[in-house]
Amino acid sequence: MSAAHVRRQVVGRGIPLPGNDIDTDRIIPARYLKSVTFEGLGEHVFGDERKAVPEHPFNRPQFQGASVLIAGQNFGCGSSREHAPQALRDWGIGAVVGGSFGEIFFGNCTVLGIPCLTAEMSDIEWLLREVEKHPDRPVEVDVERREVRFNGRAIRAGIPDGARHQLVSGSWNSMGVLLDAGDAIERTAHALPYVAGY
Amino acid sequence: MARTLLDKVWDAHTVRTLPSGQTQLLIGLHLVHEVTSPQAYQMLKEAGLRVRMPERTFATIDHIIPTAADRQHRPFADELAEEMTVHLVRNAKASGVALFDLDSGRQGIVHVIGPELGLSQPGMTIACGDSHTSTHGAVGALALGIGTTQVRDVLATQCLAMAKPRIRQVRVEGTLAPGVYAKDVTLWIIHVLGVKGGVGYAYEYAGPVIERMTMEERLTVCNMSIEGGARFGYINPDQTTFDYLRGRPYAPAGAAFDRAVSWWRSIASDPHAPFDDVARIDGATIQPVVTWGINPGQSVGVAERIPDPREAPAEDRPTWHEALQFMGFKAGQPIAGTKIDVAFVGSCTNGRLSDLRVAAEIARGRKVASGVRALIVPGSQEVARAAEAEGLDEIFQAAGFEWRKAGCSMCLGMNEDKLQGREVSASSSNRNFKGRQGSPTGRTLLMSPAMVAAAAIAGAVTDVREMLR
Repeated sequence: MSAAHVRRQVVGRGIPLPGNDIDTDRIIPARYLKSVTFEGLGEHVFGDERKAVPEHPFNRPQFQGASVLIAGQNFGCGSSREHAPQALRDWGIGAVVGGSFGEIFFGNCTVLGIPCLTAEMSDIEWLLREVEKHPDRPVEVDVERREVRFNGRAIRAGIPDGARHQLVSGSWNSMGVLLDAGDAIERTAHALPYVAGY
Repeated sequence: MARTLLDKVWDAHTVRTLPSGQTQLLIGLHLVHEVTSPQAYQMLKEAGLRVRMPERTFATIDHIIPTAADRQHRPFADELAEEMTVHLVRNAKASGVALFDLDSGRQGIVHVIGPELGLSQPGMTIACGDSHTSTHGAVGALALGIGTTQVRDVLATQCLAMAKPRIRQVRVEGTLAPGVYAKDVTLWIIHVLGVKGGVGYAYEYAGPVIERMTMEERLTVCNMSIEGGARFGYINPDQTTFDYLRGRPYAPAGAAFDRAVSWWRSIASDPHAPFDDVARIDGATIQPVVTWGINPGQSVGVAERIPDPREAPAEDRPTWHEALQFMGFKAGQPIAGTKIDVAFVGSCTNGRLSDLRVAAEIARGRKVASGVRALIVPGSQEVARAAEAEGLDEIFQAAGFEWRKAGCSMCLGMNEDKLQGREVSASSSNRNFKGRQGSPTGRTLLMSPAMVAAAAIAGAVTDVREMLR
């Protein structure tokens, strides 16, 4: 837990990615998972779609260097592959604002210190349009106040209490906190009949 | 107060409440495979930590291995696959974790071997770096998929930081018609409740249709919970569960088994336990289901036509258009008669013995249509042995199906088994996402193993009920 880990706010240029139910296979196709490290995944993020669609947002010059991804509903559904948030992070994404998120993806982002905030779809649609028009302006993702500010307007955003606490306090890298429980882990285990022996 | 299985198992595994308000949840069984563990082991090493409970951790190799009989040997021809395997074997050995390697006789898809070996038991919490870990909920466990950093957390601490989900009971009432299988039930649940309907929920599957299911059928239903957005899906343990587990290698034996059963009974949901939501589906209305789109909720009964995006809820319309365009289908077109290039029976959804039996029943005495590549990939070495003992391999081969060795295979195309170009696949797997089966433009139609076998024979999507008559 360090000051560098605190994620009260993430501020950066936006990149709009319209569409619902974008799964993690699309974010990073399985053939790029054949590695024993997470290195270099950024160049393959949305690999197949970027090849098929030259005007894919991740290809467009005006969105290079963006760090706040605006997405639709159920973003990151499907496979648990952490390669998806790792690839997004490697490309430069530091926060995601979406209609809703696949739960495993949400958890994977949180343990990497990438806040995922939800907003009403009408607000998401506004953000998608406005970020498209003003790719050079910053999106302010305020985890602490649960709002997203852009172009002079603030919209209400949601994040569960637990994840918000982890991000704002800088304790999202959960291993240290879990280790703090010490022997209580073994005590809990040995109270279970299937561990203690039936 | 009456409590659900979720309440009881969650409480029994709670180590403490974290400063974030989340629960520090003990994980009773950690399953590990080659794709999502090497990085986790590396992180553990960098932190100077060891595997906390190696005796509660088990590894297998499934995602990247070749399944062709003459290619499933070390070193694998694919250097990347070989490297991942080397890492898994080395990590398991160095950390004292049991590995079900190729020469163990017990290797297979992690979600097939867990229940098959009796590792997955009622009342446990089970985690694995794979979203289909929900499968194990069929034995009455809380089982969930996690990412690699969380795999590291479980290796290091045997725990996860988790918020408790809400709970929805999904009741499947009535009786299924002949030719309608567990796969159709789970696809239809996703169709009705939506691919994001389960976000934030654990699903408790119940009702007469679920209660009458065999354990293998229940595994199929719980497997696809995640496709409906639910990270957990479980079924209360009952006599079917106990009969299934008795005698399995890692299940308790003798008097310990009877004591286990009394604990297993006690962790089932109490009568009148409260749910945040209850959904009811009439089993009698379920038809053999086929997906027509790019997510598992985009499906129709085999006798129906592909729907018009104008009938979709406004928010889904763009995805429906995108799906029709990707698949090359037109609204109003009957799904039956859609030509296929590949037929795949296998995966953690439908790669068990009962799945192969049903497919063999269709294949027996028939021939795979010319031009169709048809693969049968058993979910584990044990499934393969049992199928061979019954002669299922011979039935398949006589009909023109390839009989493969155990692995994940064409479910996700991480090995050599991939679609080519825009091929259309009839698949018993769980995801029809764009590019899922290894070709960026490949097209997947999800259906039951019986429907896949029927499509292989007909060369096109066809109603298996006509072949069962």
